[in-house]
Amino acid sequence: MAEATLSVFRGDQQGGTAVDYRVPLVPGMVVLDALHWIQAHSAPDLALRWNCKAGRCGSCSAEVNGRPRLTCKTRMDSLPLDQPITVFPMKAFPVIKDLVTDVSWNFTVNKKIPPFSPRRDIAWKMDQRDVDRVQEFRKCIECFLCQDVCHVLRDHCKQTQFGGPRFFVRTASLEMHPLDGVSRAQVVKDELGIGFCNITKCCTEVCPEDIHITDNAIIPLKERVVDEYYDPLLMLVRKIRGAQKT
Amino acid sequence: MNSKYETHEHDVLIIGAGGAGLRAAIEALAQGVRVGVVCKSLLGKAHTVMAEGGIAAAMANVDTSDDWRTHFRDTMRGGKFLNNWRMAQIHAQEAPDRVRELEQWGALFDRTESGDILQRAFGGHTFKRLCHVGDRTGLEMIRTLQDRGVHLGIDVYMECTITRLLKDGDRISGAFGYWREQGRFVLFRAKSVIICTGGIGKAWKITSNSWEYTGDGMALAYEAGAELMDMEFVQFHPTGMVWPPGVQGILVTEAVRGEGGILRNKNGERFMERYDPKKLELSTRDLVARSIYTEVREGRGTEHGGAFLDISHKSADYIKRKLPSMYHQFLELADVDITKGPMEVGPTCHYMMGGIHVDAETAQASIPGLFAAGEAAVGLHGSNRLGGNSLSDLLVFGRRAGLAAAQHARQTEMPAIDASQIEEAVQQMLAPFEQTDGGSPYVIHQDLQSTMQNLVGIFRNEEDLARALNELEGLKTRTARVRVEGSRLFNPGWHLAWDLRSMLTVSEAVTRSALTRRESRGAHSRIDYPGLDDAWGKKHNVVVKKAGAMTLVETPVPEMPDDLKQLFAEESAPK
Repeated sequence: MAEATLSVFRGDQQGGTAVDYRVPLVPGMVVLDALHWIQAHSAPDLALRWNCKAGRCGSCSAEVNGRPRLTCKTRMDSLPLDQPITVFPMKAFPVIKDLVTDVSWNFTVNKKIPPFSPRRDIAWKMDQRDVDRVQEFRKCIECFLCQDVCHVLRDHCKQTQFGGPRFFVRTASLEMHPLDGVSRAQVVKDELGIGFCNITKCCTEVCPEDIHITDNAIIPLKERVVDEYYDPLLMLVRKIRGAQKT
Repeated sequence: MNSKYETHEHDVLIIGAGGAGLRAAIEALAQGVRVGVVCKSLLGKAHTVMAEGGIAAAMANVDTSDDWRTHFRDTMRGGKFLNNWRMAQIHAQEAPDRVRELEQWGALFDRTESGDILQRAFGGHTFKRLCHVGDRTGLEMIRTLQDRGVHLGIDVYMECTITRLLKDGDRISGAFGYWREQGRFVLFRAKSVIICTGGIGKAWKITSNSWEYTGDGMALAYEAGAELMDMEFVQFHPTGMVWPPGVQGILVTEAVRGEGGILRNKNGERFMERYDPKKLELSTRDLVARSIYTEVREGRGTEHGGAFLDISHKSADYIKRKLPSMYHQFLELADVDITKGPMEVGPTCHYMMGGIHVDAETAQASIPGLFAAGEAAVGLHGSNRLGGNSLSDLLVFGRRAGLAAAQHARQTEMPAIDASQIEEAVQQMLAPFEQTDGGSPYVIHQDLQSTMQNLVGIFRNEEDLARALNELEGLKTRTARVRVEGSRLFNPGWHLAWDLRSMLTVSEAVTRSALTRRESRGAHSRIDYPGLDDAWGKKHNVVVKKAGAMTLVETPVPEMPDDLKQLFAEESAPK
């Protein structure tokens, strides 16, 4: 039977090293299948997260051959099998053990975003075209691969000042909800630090749900911030009238 | 080894953060009590995200003749009248409000031309009734509830497993468990506990369920003395993937058939014409699953032992819009483009109709302070669940459980904790590390899955079931001596060693109940007793722990009041 070698990170916050495992290949096998085989046959305490194994829950994120991927959707036959396949934890988050990282920071960022707040006295009618635009963002499965790949978080470690692509997607879904009635421009600018993003589109490239994160979420949000805070004409008008935008 | 533990205190503790758990949390919080939610995974990863087709609610946005009475009738018929009639009534009446509520919390459903929530056809439903978001309705639902709950301020304890319910005399006093991450122990004191832990699919080899589905809540309740009921009724969804091997069992949504998908055997015959000429592909799940299984068994299956499901007669654009997840799932995992050709599908273990016996109005179990909702509870679905009735079940009874649990908590003092119960729970959890000659939890799990798959599957008989019971005894002995390697730090082998116990308890309840029910009804098909039996139609199997042993008790099905009976008489009267 054909075999492949997986070079899997084993370790914890104290450090660790890659360990090689030989795994028999099965038609249609994905990297997560191979990791499960290793658990059952070679390393029963190999730590990893997974749930649905169908690309629907976003639990099994890792870096396969250096690229952020869902292991349940990464086919073994799409990888070069003549050399070891490296499987490492997401680099942007602290390692807990093996492939499991501490992603709790994401949940604290989420709390900063004001929730959906419908306008008063509305009829609950919406046009499919308006809904389509937002449904793209609602597809997000919170795999955090976009957070992992983003250099602002991954290399510059701006976790305290920057929310990351996932939360621009979430904010965009609220801002563009046809019936939402509040502005989150201040949060986007100050709390989520959208100015740090220099639109390299790495997040869009790794998104397993094919959400156009940069084009459809981040850039429109940047425009909203500009409109609200940096429009010279509006700034002048406000200065003269002393009016505050509500 | 370290047996210290930390302590948290809540009025209402909810175990499970899927649709039912989160809806319960939101409702309990609205009552002004302190709420904690414990879940085995990260928040938002519960199995509810896998729900695809939609939420059944008689909103009559598409078919204006729909109303709760028709939904009630469909539900009772689908369940072959073993449903708790009151739950079916409450469910049909309240589901539309629960859907509207979701929308008001930010959920975005697909729309009709006039801007209302769009509804689609589904098996066993008379009218187009399923409110949906493409084929990812569950994700929309859980994200909406999750965001609502987090902003209201529920305390969520992620990646934490409960291993024991604690009692003060007859009543619930809290729960004990461990953090999956660090392996440390944790005590939750609570006045009310709501079990929303879902089902037991992981006891079968071919299943649509995730690793979390190990029957924990049912086993916890059973060990604490609560009643389980209708455990023989396990739903095999007709359409799971069958090829390649790694994806076997992954769900193919019923929405494929709802949107016009056709089932054929290898000879190209539309075989549902022979099994249910009226409803065809949109017959109830039990019947479609048995039909596919029979086609394969009689030699008319596909190359990999399934049936063909074809939607490619619809336009590629339409398929990609209405079934985007299915399109990607097949393209990426099976190299099949469903806009161009058929999928190969076969039955997969999907849902547990049975569960913790609860009161219809309050979701309270037979132990004071213990509540249950969603798949972990029993009653709404009878012997077979209709597609779409699960998501609405989570919302309707999750809310009721949260409300009743909060009321119970407000009326009672914090119960006392019995240290000896904690001591016992700690010893149980640490024992696998002490074993020197026991087997691997992974091997025992595989053997359990083979037993349940081969002997307690879609078609059952006395001989197989008796053999299954025998094998389960052997597996229990092996599990008592299971050996775990490594430390307590995020150790999946250790986690599985515990989950095995729950799976075995529930598997035994399923097998014993299936052996006892000598008839075929809904999802329970006995080859040796192929017909419906009126006497069995009037009783439930209740499973309870008596003097340390699993005991079965027959309990009468509550009789429907005349005004509801009338609904069935009206419909069958000649027009």
